[in-house]
Amino acid sequence: MSDNKHQHRPNALNRFSAWLLHHLQSLVFSLGKAYRSPSATLMTVAVIGITLTLPSGFYLLLKNIQSISGDLRSSTQITLFLDMKLSLDSARQFNAQLKQHAEIADTRFISREQALTDFKQTSGFGKSLDHLNDNPLPHTVIVIPSTELDTLAIKTLLSRLESMAEVDIAKLDTEWLERLFTIVEIAKRSVIIISLLFSFAVLLIIGNTIRLDIQNRYQEIIVTKLIGATNAFIRRPFLYSGVWYGLFGGLLSWLIVELSIIVLSGQFDSLSLLYQSQYTIITFSFSDFLIITGCSTLLGLAGSWLAVARHLNEIEPK
Amino acid sequence: MIQFHNITKRYPGGFEALNNVSLNLQAGEMAFLTGHSGAGKSTLLKIISLIEKPTRGQAILNHINLNNVPNSRIPYIRRNIGIIFQDHQLLFDRTVFDNVALPLIIQGYHHLETAKRTRAALDKVGLLHKEKSLPITLSGGEQQRVGIARAVVHKPMLLLADEPTGNLDPVLSREIMQIFIDFHQVGVSVLVASHDLSLIEELQKPVVTLNRGKIIHNDLEPVDV
Repeated sequence: MSDNKHQHRPNALNRFSAWLLHHLQSLVFSLGKAYRSPSATLMTVAVIGITLTLPSGFYLLLKNIQSISGDLRSSTQITLFLDMKLSLDSARQFNAQLKQHAEIADTRFISREQALTDFKQTSGFGKSLDHLNDNPLPHTVIVIPSTELDTLAIKTLLSRLESMAEVDIAKLDTEWLERLFTIVEIAKRSVIIISLLFSFAVLLIIGNTIRLDIQNRYQEIIVTKLIGATNAFIRRPFLYSGVWYGLFGGLLSWLIVELSIIVLSGQFDSLSLLYQSQYTIITFSFSDFLIITGCSTLLGLAGSWLAVARHLNEIEPK
Repeated sequence: MIQFHNITKRYPGGFEALNNVSLNLQAGEMAFLTGHSGAGKSTLLKIISLIEKPTRGQAILNHINLNNVPNSRIPYIRRNIGIIFQDHQLLFDRTVFDNVALPLIIQGYHHLETAKRTRAALDKVGLLHKEKSLPITLSGGEQQRVGIARAVVHKPMLLLADEPTGNLDPVLSREIMQIFIDFHQVGVSVLVASHDLSLIEELQKPVVTLNRGKIIHNDLEPVDV
């Protein structure tokens, strides 16, 4: 009698489409469940969203700092004070020669006469400088290194320039720049550590939420197991719940950061005006958006997976 | 269908629920399992539905040895059984239709087929007009009938019922038992645990009586060796 009963069982293709359908149903069902208990869902999503705001906000801050410090790097200058004995013509020639150099983006030549005039105008000593018999200033070349050079390469360039016969003194004020870069590097690593910590927190939050959900549906799980549900079948809606929590939490954190930028942008613009800078704040790109929501969705899946793996197998009909 | 060979079940703590029980329910047969509470009726049903494993002896369900079934196979074996609980164990957050359809959804039936079979099962227990109701709005007898519809919707080879009439009045109890007899008449094996002795006597089916884990009365054929 068993055989003719089995003829009614669905075939493989039907089972596959039913499997897909159940995935879809679990997806919609878990979303519907979230919708039916809005306050609980909102609280969980808010906790996840706020938790994720810190790492994503820091990430954006870091991006801005990196961009600003990149601008600063391109403003690095080497000042070459040329030998006093060099004539104006050979100094100009030397400047032209430097311009051809691959590691040098641009140069600016200041003749000693020009330097003295500038100095008279800006220093305020004006007339008293007229009493000088001699111009004490050398010809000067300001070298702007190529933007591709890192700090070390700039230093090599500096010592190469200094060793040239035409150059008396080569000067580069990089110490503060190096400090800044080190700080940026520390900030970068801190953001990584913070992101890891807060991701872990999100994992725990989602895991705990799903664990409570599993406990609430204890009886239902037992009944479905007795009816012949596999663990995979029972797991599915819980996993999708985790995915939704993660996705919505990620969206919320993105929204919070974007809103904060809007609130802060006025202050930022006036600050950048004070520095006579054209800098406009960097916001999330589309790929940043995808990374944030993608990561938080993955965290949701991982958190619910942990909870499900730990607690679902404990529930067996007795 | 069901064969028990010298089954003993001892729970942790030493309580012996079944002691050397042998039993043979043939395919298409219907029997009642009686005895006082604590006599071992529930344990016997739990061994068949793979909730408990016997301490000693062999349990065989439809040629499958239940002693060494890996956990991953358990769901598939349970799909051959329809279980009816005393407290019907319906899911109260979904409609009658969704409750009854659950076994078919679990087994991956096409949704059109699922709808057709679910309505047929509900019709069989006389509750088709309640398909959109929530279980909480139904009476005790109706809830039990929904439980039966859920147990039979996937056309199992074997129906197990644990005190299905425990909470019902005599008229409703008779109705429920009649539904089991109807299924038995279309070829389903049925094993009903009950202590409603007067009703059982009336129905004139084979009876197995347990007392303190031992069989003291058995109308079924002896186990073939």
